[in-house]
Amino acid sequence: MNKRYFIVSLLIGITTFHMACTAQPITPARPAPAAAAPAAAAKSPDSDPLAFHRLHKPSGKRNRPPAEDGIHDPGNDGTHALLAPLSVFPSLPKANSGNRVDWVQALAAGTIKPRADQADATEEIVVMDLNIVREVKGSMPNVVYPHKQHTEWLDCSNCHPGIFVPLKGANQMSMAAIMLGQQCGVCHGKVAFSISECRKCHSQSKEPNPAPAAK
Amino acid sequence: MKKLTTSTGWHAVLGLPVMLALAWVEVPVARAEYGDVVINNYSDAAGMRPVVFPHWFHRLRFRCNVCHADLGFKFKAGGNEINMVKIIDGQFCGACHNGDVAWPVENCDLCHTGKPGTPSQVHESDIQQFAQPMGSTNKK
Ligand code: HEC
Ligand code: HEC
Ligand code: HEC
Ligand code: HEC
Ligand code: HEC
Ligand code: HEC
Repeated sequence: MNKRYFIVSLLIGITTFHMACTAQPITPARPAPAAAAPAAAAKSPDSDPLAFHRLHKPSGKRNRPPAEDGIHDPGNDGTHALLAPLSVFPSLPKANSGNRVDWVQALAAGTIKPRADQADATEEIVVMDLNIVREVKGSMPNVVYPHKQHTEWLDCSNCHPGIFVPLKGANQMSMAAIMLGQQCGVCHGKVAFSISECRKCHSQSKEPNPAPAAK
Repeated sequence: MKKLTTSTGWHAVLGLPVMLALAWVEVPVARAEYGDVVINNYSDAAGMRPVVFPHWFHRLRFRCNVCHADLGFKFKAGGNEINMVKIIDGQFCGACHNGDVAWPVENCDLCHTGKPGTPSQVHESDIQQFAQPMGSTNKK
């Protein structure tokens, strides 16, 4: 059992190395689904208590072209006319989650110039620079909510009053609600950067908690 | 069969066990692009492929306010009751896909690109990524 895993890892290691050397894309080496099916069904890592990534499936490949992304139908001609994310993303600033693009930087640096109006390319969006600090109990740094980066993209009415009453401290917020897709989670974790980037929101350091015993 | 020292031979010999190995461990599911929205309230039932809306592509060209404030798209996958009459009357996608701001509505197969049966949802969201019981249908 463990030996089989070892061999598999070894083979994958060799493949990765081999592919890196020959600079081949990974995809062609994937087996045809038909050939893969019996083997995969015979022993799925899902049922193995010693498996790594037992509960959280490892990420597949990112930024796939539409025809290979699992939701577009490759049998549709139109699918093949669509732009692939990687035809644009390598020229944009990088981030660690979501599209793997730092959209705030891309906009600030002028790498992209998205319109603020559907037809009028000259229309400017109203930007408001106002930070709201939300104190957080416990060890996590305080949350700084920046109006500036938001109003570069969004209209006041996108948040006020539907998601947030516009009054400092008037809204109850919690990580649990955010992870259910409420409050900041309406956009973060769906279109804007992901919840995994804790420090983008929890950005104001505070006095470390006093040690429990010390005085 | 070529000699092993040639590159092709090396590929062939390495290729088979590698393919078996990859077949044996789970091949990771392909991933949609973050923020891709499938809209499928009516398409399946009407015999059309579901619609796939790519956020990344549109946000390179437009800020969020254009669609979510000016054009009135609610922040909810499948939450806008979009249909073709509204589109040809210039609402929702039709505010731009009118041959003026963007290519016109005759290009059915550029919007209706989804795999049949895919429900309305925003793809690769954090909620889909959280650890969950195996076999759960939440993912895809
Ligand atoms: C604010 C204007 C606007 C709205 C609203 C809009 N689009 Fe677009 N869309 C564009 C523009 C501009 C392009 C690029 C056109 C071109 O390449 O000529 C585009 C391109 C596309 C593409 C092709 C992407 C590619 O890879 O080339 C798809 C698919 C698409 N839109 C779907 C939709 C759908 C579905 C809706 C409604 C749910 C929608 N769009 C609403 C402006 C808009
Ligand atoms: C992405 C969401 C979002 C957008 C867009 C947004 N705000 Fe806010 N706004 C907030 C949050 C969050 C707070 C803090 C609420 C709290 O602390 O409970 C806030 C607070 C406020 C406050 C209260 C400040 C205080 O000191 O009490 C005002 C005023 C305000 N916003 C005005 C605006 C205006 C004007 C715009 C458009 C230019 C705007 N907001 C856009 C999320 C947003
Ligand atoms: C209506 C959608 C929306 C809501 C609600 C929202 N955000 Fe954002 N936020 C965005 C977008 C869009 C960006 C631009 C960056 C991106 O897309 O990843 C952004 C950027 C940010 C940034 C700037 C990151 C940087 O690199 O400078 C911070 C910090 C942030 N959000 C925190 C919050 C917090 C905290 C809340 C809740 C109080 C919140 N956001 C609610 C849409 C939203
Ligand atoms: C999109 C912004 C955002 C991101 C990303 C984020 N948080 Fe939070 N977090 C908040 C807000 C807003 C609060 C509520 C602050 C308050 O009480 O006013 C909060 C509160 C908390 C709290 C206090 C307990 C609670 O639920 O209120 C903890 C602990 C916490 N976050 C941990 C994390 C960790 C760990 C991560 C990364 C995995 C993370 N947060 C990512 C915005 C964020
Ligand atoms: C710009 C994108 C776009 C284009 C182009 C487009 N559609 Fe649609 N279509 C949509 C959206 C969005 C919906 C709503 C999807 C849903 O909820 O199932 C829809 C729904 C439909 C529906 C079901 C609802 C209804 O109105 O009956 C049919 C049928 C349909 N489209 C046919 C077509 C045909 C045929 C064409 C080409 C002439 C076409 N569409 C072109 C975006 C588009
Ligand atoms: C070209 C139009 C367009 C632009 C620009 C756009 N969106 Fe969207 N957005 C849509 C459409 C269409 C939907 C799906 C609505 C439906 O299914 O009825 C959507 C859905 C959403 C949702 C709901 C996802 C869910 O939870 O179901 C969020 C959040 C969102 N958009 C955030 C944003 C943010 C943040 C931006 C800017 C960075 C943005 N959108 C830019 C058209 C747009």
